[in-house]
Formats: sequence, structure tokens, C-alpha cells
Amino acid sequence: MAGHLDAVQGRRVSGTAPPERRRSLLGVALTLPGAVWLAVFFLVPLYVVVSISTGTVDPVFRSVVPAWNPRDWSGDQFGYVLSRLTGPDGFFGPVMVRTVVYVLLAVAGCLAVAYPVAWFVARHSGRRRGLVLALIVAPFWISYMMRMLAWVNLLADDGLVNRLLGGAGLVADPVTFLSGRPTTVVLGLVYGYVPYMILPMYAALDRISPALLEAARDLGAGRFETFRRVVLPMSVPGVLAGLVLVALPMTGDYFTNDLLSASPSTAMLGNLINTSVANPSQAGQAGALVLVLVLAMAVPMLLYVRSSVRSDLAS
Amino acid sequence: MTALPQAPPVATPPAARGRSWRGPWRPPYVLAAVTVGYLVWSLAPVLLAVLFSFNSGRSRSAWQGFSMRWYYADPTLSVLHDESLRRALTHTLTLGVLTTLVAVPLGVAFALGLDRWHGRLPASANFTMLLSFVIPEIVLAVGLFYMITLLATPFVLGTTAQVVGLVTFQLSYPVVIVRARLATIGPQYEEAARDLGASALGAVRRVLLPMLMPAIFTSAVLVFADVLDDFVIVRYLSSDAFTETTSIKIYNTARGAPTPALNAVATLMLVASFVVVLLGWLAVRRFGRGQEEPASLGAFTGQV
Repeated sequence: MAGHLDAVQGRRVSGTAPPERRRSLLGVALTLPGAVWLAVFFLVPLYVVVSISTGTVDPVFRSVVPAWNPRDWSGDQFGYVLSRLTGPDGFFGPVMVRTVVYVLLAVAGCLAVAYPVAWFVARHSGRRRGLVLALIVAPFWISYMMRMLAWVNLLADDGLVNRLLGGAGLVADPVTFLSGRPTTVVLGLVYGYVPYMILPMYAALDRISPALLEAARDLGAGRFETFRRVVLPMSVPGVLAGLVLVALPMTGDYFTNDLLSASPSTAMLGNLINTSVANPSQAGQAGALVLVLVLAMAVPMLLYVRSSVRSDLAS
Repeated sequence: MTALPQAPPVATPPAARGRSWRGPWRPPYVLAAVTVGYLVWSLAPVLLAVLFSFNSGRSRSAWQGFSMRWYYADPTLSVLHDESLRRALTHTLTLGVLTTLVAVPLGVAFALGLDRWHGRLPASANFTMLLSFVIPEIVLAVGLFYMITLLATPFVLGTTAQVVGLVTFQLSYPVVIVRARLATIGPQYEEAARDLGASALGAVRRVLLPMLMPAIFTSAVLVFADVLDDFVIVRYLSSDAFTETTSIKIYNTARGAPTPALNAVATLMLVASFVVVLLGWLAVRRFGRGQEEPASLGAFTGQV
């Protein structure tokens, strides 16, 4: 009996003394495949982009010669991109300005739609909450291209919208919604990305305890004062998360623009990158433009990553 | 006591009081209208696109009667008989299955590893993973495209390249979801298993993994459905018509003169996506019995 107890205790002791080391061995073994995958297929491609954007162009074949060694980095491509930003032949400048304006307008549109909807679902949907939530989540399961196809169908020259407008006698000729109209592009971006903003906002607003709102009302605040001084400050994290989650993919988007406008007059940074990639002799320029996109988005990206790491540590 | 003739501040005129307190929680009609309007705006165009996939004529805006022509009846133009549409459909589903099979085990192992290895190296691996989650897709897609075309990688553009790119982009879903679940489970179950004599690996396999099943299923559904939706990565890393997905097909032909067969392909993808979500939800409910967190559809959106 005593021997059995010793054996059991002995096993327990031997099981608890080295587990720190053994555990971490298991941890290393489990982490490494994913870490190596990310290093090879995420960090290396980013370095390739840096190398081709700091590389030179072969004078004979007009193909890109990447600068793999940081000591060979040249600023030619960036100089080219910068020279096209401003100055007499600055055809990148208007595109950059347009990208910023479109993204700001579309993000503001998303915010204007998402906030009231998220607030209603979190606070007032009552017994129908499950149904409303399912309908709000539904766009996640409908492919983005199909949602754009739906609008191409509707807005085409012989589409349903033009049939209705023509039938009602409002317009004589079909309205060319899909030919380089900034309004169509911005509304298309809002339509495409607003679901990604509603959910983080809903999560943030849903966490606000109704007791706090009742307390505010009991203490004499009106509806709007309650909103301004209690709801709004408490929803800031959700709003910020929603803004970042929507603005990041929107800035690199080119397909929404291609499907709803297909005109250089509404081209954004994503379209510039896409057309440069399609042309092998413009690889260096494509790399430089991708880096411009990364640098422009660095602050929101790092803020998002940092807040994720923090909430990791807190939990 | 006659020095208090004036009414105390609460006694405001009945009318004013009635206005400000007529149901402080009364139904907010404006908000309700905005929400209903939003739902109609967001879903009606898609429902119309689905409806016109059943149109008997070529039009995608004038209803000419119900038919299954664009699904299988038309001998050349229907999804069943148009080689390129059928191929796009099967290729998309293949990419979904392959990517899920690689990304989910890789991500679950990565999450379990990060949970028990602390230091500078795993912290930077975690940082890289989160960065891959927020980086605009076009950055990763262009980087992989040039890496594969400029460096002597053991594979070329095509299905393998597409799966590699998709796995890289989707890896963060299982990691983030499983780590969130691990945080709520806590270390005590694993410690109990170790105290009862389980090896480190045995505790993970026999105690932690069963508890993680709902999170694993949720992330599998998310990865699969997100791959069906993917466009940027699969397009840059495709090689020819044989590696085109439905999203590329829609992008290439939507502005041309497509037939409702394109709507039919999109509708079939929609059905596939909803079926997978439904199956995943049932599986999560089945495996999640007895666990405190009920399965919710919201968990399938990646908002963790």
C-alpha cells in the first residue's frame, strides 16, 4: 500500500517537476509549423515587394531586377512614383487624392448606416433579435462578387432601375449608372463593406448595461444627453474597430471600382496597383505602389494589432 | 411653513412631463425604419439576382417566366453544360476544401503552441499572424505573385499557389478563435489531467481538443466560406482558365453580356455557403453540448 502510494506520489512529483520544460517543448513543436509558414509565405513575399520596388529595370528586356541585398537598394522606383505624384506629369496625384476622398466618404457612409442599425439591434430588437441578427449576418455568406453582380444587374442600361425610371417617365434615356460615376463607386463601397462595420459596433453597444442608461435617465438626462454622455463614449472602441476593419480593405479595393465604373476617371490606388501588376515592365512601380499602400495603412494596422495583443494579455 | 408656496422642481406642468416621460423606452420608430430600410437595401438586390437565375429568357431584368434553363436545361449555356462555368464551380469548392484541411490544423496547433510558449520569438510570431489578419489582401496577393514568378519556388502559379496564398490569408481565423476559447477554458482542466497522470501531449489530445471542438468547427466553416468568397488572391495566383473560380468568372463577365447562367452559378455558391454554415452550426451545437457557451450564428462571422 505504502509502496503504491509512493509510486503514485513519485509519478506526481516527476510529472510536476519538469513540466515547465516539457510543456514548452510541446509549445515550440506546435508553434513552429505555423510560424515557419508565416515566415515563408507572408514575410518573404513582403520582402520580395520591397526588393522589386528598390530594384532597377533591365535596360534590354525591360524586366525588373530585384535588389535582394539591402546595400543595393535604390530609390529610383520611389523617385518615379513621387515624381508622378505632383508636378507636370503627375497622374498618380489625382488618383491618391481620389482614393482618400472616396474612402473617407464611404467610411462616413458606413458609419451613418451602421451605427443606428447596430444600436437598434442591440437595444430595441426585442424578441425578433435572432431573426434581425441572422439577416444582418447574411451578407457574410453571400460572395462579395455576387453582391456586386446584383447591382450590375440592377444598374445596367437595360437594368431594373432604368426600366422603372423609364416606365415612370422620369428619364427619357437610360441613366448610365455604371460608367465612371463617383456616386455609384462610393455607394458600392458602402454597400460592400458596411456589414463588416455593423458587427463590431453591435458587439460594443450590446455590452453597455441597460442599468447605466436607466441611471442616466433617473439622474435627469434626456434621450440625447444619455446618448451623448453615456452611449457614445462607451461605444468608441467598437466604432474604432469598425472603422479600421472597413477602411483597410477598402483602400486596397479595385474590383468594386472595376465592376461598378470601369473608368479611369474613378480609378483608385488599388486600380493603379492592379494595372501595374498586369504589365510586367511596371513591376517595380507596382511594388512601390504596394509599399505606399502599406505605409499609408501602417498606423491603423499597428493600432489594431496592438489592441488585439493587449486584449490577449488582459484575458 | 407658508414660505414654500412655489411648487417643488419635480412638479413640472403635466403636459411637459407627459412629453418627456411618455415612455422613455417607447419603440424608436425612426431607428426601426432605418434598420428595416437597411435590410431591404442589403438583401433585395441579391434576392432579385437569385430570382433572375430562374428566368426563362436571356434578360436579367425582365421576367419571362420560371425555368431551370440556366441550371441544367439549356444544352450549351447552362451551368451543367457550360464547361467553363462548371469548372469554376468545382475549382472553387476544391480550393475551399484544400485550404480548410491545411489552414485549420496548422492554425489550431499554432494557437495551442502560443498558449504554452512564452518569449520574444512566439510574441513576434503572434504579431506577424495578427498583421496577416489586417493587411489589405492585395498586398499579400501581389507579394506572393512576385515571389512565385521571380524566385525559384518549388511550385508555379495555379492550384498549389492559390491554396498556399489562401492558407496564409486564412490562418489567423482558427488561431484567433481557438485562442479566445482557450482563454475561457483556462489551465485547470489540463492541469487536472496532468495530475491524474496524462502526458503533456495526452492532456492536449484527450482533454483540450474535445473542449475546443466547437471553436475548431466554427473556424473551419469560416475559412471554407471565406475561401468561396475570395477573389484577389485566387485571381493573382491563378494560371489559366482551369484555375478560375466563380468570383473570377463573375469579375470577368459581369460587365459583358452575361446570361442568367452567371446568376445561377452565383446562386449555387450562395447555397453551398449557406449549407456549410448550417452544417457547421449543427456540428457546433452537437459538440458544444454541456459547454457554457451556446452556439450562435454570429460566431461564424469572424467577429471574435
